[in-house]
Amino acid sequence: MTAPCLTIKNMTMAYGHFIIQQDLDFTINRGDIFIIMGGSGCGKSTLLMHLIGLQHPYKGDVLYGEESLWQADDPTRKRILKQTGVLFQSGALLSSMTLAENIALPIAEYTKLGSQRIRQIVSYKLALVGLAGFEDYYPSEISGGMQKRAGLARAMALDPEILFFDEPSAGLDPISAKLLDDLILGLRDNLGATVVMVTHELASIFAIGTNSVFLDAETKTMIAGGAPKKLLTESLDPKVIRFLTRGDANHPENNTHHQDRYNS
Amino acid sequence: MINYIPCELKTLYKQDILEVAIVGDWVLDADPPSLEPLLAEMTTSGIKRLVFSTKSLGRWDSLLMIDLISLIDQGAKQAIHVDTTTLPEGIQGLLSLVYAVPERVGARRQNTKIPWLETIGNGALHFVKETHDLIVFIGETALSVAALTRGKARFRWIDLWMNIQNCGPSALPIITLISLLVGLILAFVGSVQLALFGAQIYIANLVGLGMTREMGGLMAAIIMSGRTGAAYAAQLGTMQVNSEIDALKTMGFQPMEFLVLPRMIALILVMPLLCLYADVMGIAGGAMVTVGFFDVSLVEYLHRTVESVHLMDLMIGIFKCAVFGILIALSGCMRGIQCGRSASAVGEAATSAVVTGIVFIVMADSLMTLICNRLGI
Ligand SMILES: Nc1ncnc2c1ncn2[C@@H]1O[C@H](COP(=O)(O)OP(=O)(O)O)[C@@H](O)[C@H]1O
Ligand SMILES: [Mg+2]
Repeated sequence: MTAPCLTIKNMTMAYGHFIIQQDLDFTINRGDIFIIMGGSGCGKSTLLMHLIGLQHPYKGDVLYGEESLWQADDPTRKRILKQTGVLFQSGALLSSMTLAENIALPIAEYTKLGSQRIRQIVSYKLALVGLAGFEDYYPSEISGGMQKRAGLARAMALDPEILFFDEPSAGLDPISAKLLDDLILGLRDNLGATVVMVTHELASIFAIGTNSVFLDAETKTMIAGGAPKKLLTESLDPKVIRFLTRGDANHPENNTHHQDRYNS
Repeated sequence: MINYIPCELKTLYKQDILEVAIVGDWVLDADPPSLEPLLAEMTTSGIKRLVFSTKSLGRWDSLLMIDLISLIDQGAKQAIHVDTTTLPEGIQGLLSLVYAVPERVGARRQNTKIPWLETIGNGALHFVKETHDLIVFIGETALSVAALTRGKARFRWIDLWMNIQNCGPSALPIITLISLLVGLILAFVGSVQLALFGAQIYIANLVGLGMTREMGGLMAAIIMSGRTGAAYAAQLGTMQVNSEIDALKTMGFQPMEFLVLPRMIALILVMPLLCLYADVMGIAGGAMVTVGFFDVSLVEYLHRTVESVHLMDLMIGIFKCAVFGILIALSGCMRGIQCGRSASAVGEAATSAVVTGIVFIVMADSLMTLICNRLGI
């Protein structure tokens, strides 16, 4: 269960020459629910773009198993990325297609299955995410939470080994967010998939995260990593503790900081 | 590539129990056997229970899941108990997820076949609705213009300047090219006939009158319809998709005033100038041909042009072009505001903005030419 699945090697990310994060070095193991966390704008989504092959690293590399993603030629990269499914921050369903067409799109492209079976797979995926019967709806006709789940169904269309999520529960009510967490957990357990998730929902982080990395915008690098629950009890970095406790003044680690502010 | 063990289903009857052995690798790349015979057997053989044996099951993914779901659903219909407890844990977990949320009643959509009479009827109703929408839109525009004259319309003046910049100076290169060529073509076509009588000098009349009264304005309008009308529709349509228009409404802005007015005013202000510019370019194009290929000097050409083109001709052309400006802005903004909430709807809005715009322009042009003719101006 602890074979490395994704390795980020000494990576620096930048837009043009503007460095977003540097010296990123961490490993995501098979079966992990890996959380990428940090304040808004610290580069979480950007990191995800690098992992799924949409953005070239400024320096460093990403390894899928033993294979380099960014040294590889185009066909190899395409084959590696076929093993991944992505749920974008906004769902990113194609708005001119029904849910069924959205999910069928990659299946029809990458498998030789007949239309009957594709339809069955589509219905199965929609049922998995609790959207049975919504095949013929357009994305604009369903709620935001349902769009997220439909996006999840599309991300899972080809039974990927690694699932990437960008803030899956952002904009959902606590109950829907909890259901989505349970769903992700259930899918991970039953499919044996690895999950890489950007989120700052503390509830999700503690409920399902097994490993994590914390990106900091000021120092422009990762300042912590490990199981979130352990981070909360063991980390000595005030930034990490403040994040994981929502800056709660009652938390012993935060008192010094808050007193500073009130005194000044 | 990985080699897969071919997948198959083996059935074994034990009195009223059917044991299905799932063999091989059930993955999306595989070539699965048809499930039909087994489904048919379940209805005919009168079994009471269906159990699975997965001793020879290799890898599996969604492909196996959909067949299992088909079997379970068929079992439910035929009152056959489908025993899933012998399946791998992962499959059982997924099945419980699948059946965790029952299908919402009434969610599924039936696609019914529409009879041809209904199609025609729908078409007619659609036309009526379109016309109604158009009239409503014109009415709302008129109201916001009225608000403007009372100084109550709210929009950002910077938007107006940006729009003037976008549909004015930025459009000059394409207007230059097209008008110059149209002037050139008019001159060539006319010269073939006029040269027969040695009357090449009259090319100046032809080009001058043709450009100022008709072609200058028309060409500018058609270019602007494709360039700016489509852009308006796409901008407003995208704002609709992103709920930006809803946001404006909640902040107490009228989309008609805030979005449509600056665009419309910009076009009405700019179109006459573009028309004048197109006229000049067309006449220059005519001059190139006449001076270059026929024995007419530039001074003679310009002199004839000044003599033949009266201020009235120029004014008519410019007036028409201002009307075209209104029509382009109207069709572009209307299609944008009416846009649906998807990417393809934005495309449709842009397309239909150009089509509507050009139809309006040509109809208005014919009407105005007819009126001018009757009035004798
Ligand atoms: N396309 C872009 N061009 C330039 N800078 C960008 C671009 N996208 C994001 N950024 C910058 O990169 C930083 C990280 O953005 P992002 O990864 O989206 O943050 P988040 O952690 O909130 O997901 C931000 O400071 C943002 O301003
Ligand atoms: Mg982000």
